[in-house]
Amino acid sequence: MAQVFGAAVKRREDPRLITGRGRYTEDVQLPGMLYAAILRSPHAHARLVQVDTAAAAAAPGVVAVFTGRDLAGKMGTIPTAWLPPDSDIKATAHPALAVDKVRYVGDGVAMVVAENRYAARDALDLIRVEYEVLPAVTEQEAALQPGAPLVHDDAPGNVAFRWRAGNATDEVFTQAEVVVRQRFRQQRLIPNPMEPRAAVADYNASTGELTLWLTSQNPHIHRLLLAGILGLPEHKLRVVAVDVGGGFGAKIACYPDEALVGFAAMQLGRPVKWSEDRREHFLATTHGRDMVLDVELAGRRDGTITAIRVRNTANLGAYLSTAAPGVPTILFGLIVPGPYQIPYAAVEVTGVFTHTTPTDAYRGAGRPEATYLLERMVDLFARTIGQDPVAVRRKNLIPADAFPYHTAMGLQYDSGNYQQALDKALAMAGYADFREEQARLRQQGRYLGVGVTTYVEICGLGPSQVAGAVGFQGGLWESATVRVHPTGKVTVFTGTSPHGQGEETTFAQIVAAKFGIPVEDIEIVHGDTHRIAMGWGTYGSRTTPVGGSALAVAADRVVEKARAIAAHMLEAAAEDIEFAEGQFTVKGAPGRKASFQEVALQAYLAWNLPAGMEPALEGSAFYDPVNFVYPFGTHVCIVEVLPDTGEVKLLRYIAVDDPGPVINPMIAEGQVHGGVVQGIGQALWEGAQYDDQGQLVTGTFMDYALPKAHFFPNLETAFTETPSPHNPLGVKGIGETGTIAATPTVVNAVLDALAPFGVREIDMPLTPERVWRAIQSGRDSA
Amino acid sequence: MEAGKVRVSLEVNGKAYTAEVEPRLLLVHLLRDQLGLTGTHIGCDTSQCGACTVLLDGQAVKSCTVLAVQADGGRVTTVEGLASPEGLHPVQIGFWEKHGLQCGFCTPGVIMTAVGLLQDNPRPTEEEIRTALEGVLCRCTGYQNIVRAVQYAASQMAEADERREVAAAETE
Amino acid sequence: MIPKAFAYERAHSVAEAVDLLQQAGGAAKLLAGGHSLLPLMKLRLSAPAKLIDISRLDELRGVSVVGERLFVGALTTHHQVATHPLVCQHLPVLAEAAAQIGDPQVRNRGTVGGNLAHADAASDLPAVALALEAQLHVQSPAGDEVFAAEDFFLGPLVTALPEYGVLRAVSFALPPSGARSCYSKFPHPASGYAVVGVAAVVAVGARGTVEFARVAVTGAADVPYRARAVEAVLLGQPPQPEVLRAAAGHAADDGAIAGDAFASEAYRRHLCAVMTERALRRACGLADAAAGA
Repeated sequence: MAQVFGAAVKRREDPRLITGRGRYTEDVQLPGMLYAAILRSPHAHARLVQVDTAAAAAAPGVVAVFTGRDLAGKMGTIPTAWLPPDSDIKATAHPALAVDKVRYVGDGVAMVVAENRYAARDALDLIRVEYEVLPAVTEQEAALQPGAPLVHDDAPGNVAFRWRAGNATDEVFTQAEVVVRQRFRQQRLIPNPMEPRAAVADYNASTGELTLWLTSQNPHIHRLLLAGILGLPEHKLRVVAVDVGGGFGAKIACYPDEALVGFAAMQLGRPVKWSEDRREHFLATTHGRDMVLDVELAGRRDGTITAIRVRNTANLGAYLSTAAPGVPTILFGLIVPGPYQIPYAAVEVTGVFTHTTPTDAYRGAGRPEATYLLERMVDLFARTIGQDPVAVRRKNLIPADAFPYHTAMGLQYDSGNYQQALDKALAMAGYADFREEQARLRQQGRYLGVGVTTYVEICGLGPSQVAGAVGFQGGLWESATVRVHPTGKVTVFTGTSPHGQGEETTFAQIVAAKFGIPVEDIEIVHGDTHRIAMGWGTYGSRTTPVGGSALAVAADRVVEKARAIAAHMLEAAAEDIEFAEGQFTVKGAPGRKASFQEVALQAYLAWNLPAGMEPALEGSAFYDPVNFVYPFGTHVCIVEVLPDTGEVKLLRYIAVDDPGPVINPMIAEGQVHGGVVQGIGQALWEGAQYDDQGQLVTGTFMDYALPKAHFFPNLETAFTETPSPHNPLGVKGIGETGTIAATPTVVNAVLDALAPFGVREIDMPLTPERVWRAIQSGRDSA
Repeated sequence: MEAGKVRVSLEVNGKAYTAEVEPRLLLVHLLRDQLGLTGTHIGCDTSQCGACTVLLDGQAVKSCTVLAVQADGGRVTTVEGLASPEGLHPVQIGFWEKHGLQCGFCTPGVIMTAVGLLQDNPRPTEEEIRTALEGVLCRCTGYQNIVRAVQYAASQMAEADERREVAAAETE
Repeated sequence: MIPKAFAYERAHSVAEAVDLLQQAGGAAKLLAGGHSLLPLMKLRLSAPAKLIDISRLDELRGVSVVGERLFVGALTTHHQVATHPLVCQHLPVLAEAAAQIGDPQVRNRGTVGGNLAHADAASDLPAVALALEAQLHVQSPAGDEVFAAEDFFLGPLVTALPEYGVLRAVSFALPPSGARSCYSKFPHPASGYAVVGVAAVVAVGARGTVEFARVAVTGAADVPYRARAVEAVLLGQPPQPEVLRAAAGHAADDGAIAGDAFASEAYRRHLCAVMTERALRRACGLADAAAGA
């Protein structure tokens, strides 16, 4: 049998998806189903004087209208689930519908439930709301100014929390040969998975059971939080999220509208569906990034980096979303020293409330921001000391023989060969030749530039003890059950919740490799809290390193039991049984054998099992990782800037990533493609803008530029494979590397192209106008 | 007929349907909510994302920006109607072979867009494919494998055409 | 996104459509491809009480050359215009612009008449209509009327279309033989609309100087405009790079240039010059200028 672990197996989820037979939440149709629509605040900050729902309630087809006051005492508020330690966090809970005040454009004011979606939408126009509009503040530094409008009375100065970590002192910087300082703005991004969020709730009053189909990356976390909000026993709440149309972090959070749909179904005794439209997504689904970063890097003239410190002022929006406090702190701060041997590092974070949509994790969550500032600073440092930026990277990279490596932020990096990835990427790019061509073309008035990023990131967060220590209000282990049926076919239950990443295929490959059976004989079940014991979902590139490892452990347990049964069947000692390609054989007697399927049948017939052995063949694992894992790599981008318009043309993009052993190269490459394009999206096109009144002016796809196919050349990808000693598969995660690496790579390439103009910084996204203006000011000052 | 409603008759995936609809009913809602054809998705409000693309009288259109009454008398093909009894459409096969989808939500619309492209231009260059995808948004794949999928389908369809021509020549 | 309820009626002739409009007294709108109107209705920025469907009027479809003009029926789709042999032969700049409207799906539904009557200030076709001295042929209760394109576009989404009028067709003047043309567009990365779009038609005479020049700009101002200042500089001059650049420098002179969140007024002015120079160079058969120049 061909090697299945590492093979480009075609995806098993595809047949239903390419024929329109997927079942996304919005596709769920139930008899007697009602439709909900939510009235959202058009003001960023206002007192609710009166909400008059009489006309809406009387409209044809309308079944019920709920306001914030109707929920009092019947439904809890929406909590946050990350409380960074020693941060004095002000975790003001989010009411599912506003009661006294609205705090961002999009904050829920009322919900209509009607016989169909058209009637529900029409009724929204009939609700009369009297608002007393109050001054709003949308930008974090403005929100920290004395006298700024207050978002929450119990969060003075709009400070949600302050958090610091690290070992760098003032002294390190005052004594440094070179100190480079720069401010960066991580603009606000809107995740925009192509599937808008949706929820369908079905309540069975006779059993007291609520089934909730949700666009969720983590149905068990949703169940845990929603059980509390709705006051339901956890075992009576079933959350289902099988086909989910992308998440990118935006479907981690537990949202008010999701709870409301469950509430309405329980109140009305009929199924209720709610689907956000894209305009609502822009307003009411969490945003990402939005940080102001003041950075100092200290080093020596020979290119050695000695210290880095960052002050991060993070815009959290109007309420603390589920994982929001962890993003600018733990997920950002701990990785600031990146892949370099930097002895001193420090991070200071201020989380700020503003009258904007709450922010939370967005693909990469904290690590793109850290990687961006670090890679930008390395280039600025190289420029300051007159060295090639690649030479500076090479000088500071952690050498391959230094692992496990302890960083200034207290992490222990698992394994790596950073130089190998760098060499490979530079060779693919033809870096040295490019520098010559670049100089030649500059003589002709053409401005090409190259950006190189060497990065390391954190995935597979765990063990759970660490999750607790960093304030995450959950565990970060993962569950897997491998159920072998009497015929040797296998059903796998995983607590992760893939939504595009392809684990129905790669997880089957893991099991197929373990059992020596065809991939087709294995079914992966995910996204249903009634079928899966427990799990923590899919985010932070944890699915394969943690969920896949759980699966590997569970499968090994099956093999051990099967080996004992095989030994009994073949009348040999268990230690003399060899298992390969689906056959148990007796060492030295290849004729004596039993197939995996035969053993499975015997396990269930149980006519003749080893003494004391229970029947059946099933293995479970609740796997808690021993430590984080650290994917790394090098990305290179070559751009041309057209100085007459400021347009940036992407000429080449090279990505060399090391996710540990690659289970399915086709799928891994696809993850890199998508991640890179999203990262470039931040660099060049995407950015949310609020006006002074707190209106989102980039609130549709007409204004907010998502990357399109013709913006890109073919991406060139490759892998190196350095196993991690931190889990049984050695895998590290590939879902976010592209997004983490691509943004600084492209921006550094543009700034390299503009070096002749002395341009040092341009705010993202690097729109043509911003690039053109930077060139103009460079020309003026020259 | 209920006041204000309009009767529409159309053929969807080869089957005739007649329904009484509000004039404002969007074609995509007719397909999804009334005919249960949920393969056609809604991804935006402003005709940008293309997730709702279907063929109307053989042309790729965005069914969120077409009223059901406008499709009266028309012939609609959705992703559910693309495969033939012999098997999947070459574009569907291309998406499977070349990993042209991840979460799959945009996929039906992208597939229908690609079918429309290959009708007009059976041998598109890479640049032509990328340009023809102007009206679809995919957040997962970075588009590269979508391009490969369309190229694969184009070559498969060209080969099938050649085989048919050879067979036709032999029977003459 | 769901439009407000409306009544619907299908017109069987242009005359009937005019009647129905008149009966509705301003509360009705015409529905052709729907690709300008329906998005606004879904966002509830437009809520007509009635839609009069003219999309099945075959009399409003088709392309023909009559004398020195090329006629395009109002219901002709952008895709049909972009690929029509007569358009490609006589007015390649019209085909070039039509092929850049929206995306393939939009071009399959969107109509020339709908586009021009909608009069989005960043739409591609108005620039070409101005550069090709288009005439808009309208039927209204007052009878048949013809509007010059330059008199038709009055402001963002505002035209001279008379009350209860139906745009039947648009006709474009065929430029002198030997004229060359180009539509050069700087698209908004999200919407695809023109941040600045420039249509240029240039003919060079036997003496090697520009004898005919029509230049029009869309996207830059609140209404598309003829860039007469550019034309004035070109006429009588040889189509040399420095002449084209000097002419393009006047591309913003004739419009009330406006800024928005994506491109400020100053940047748009600059883009007017850059895109006009690109259009003129291509129309004059020159390679694109070196980017750094």
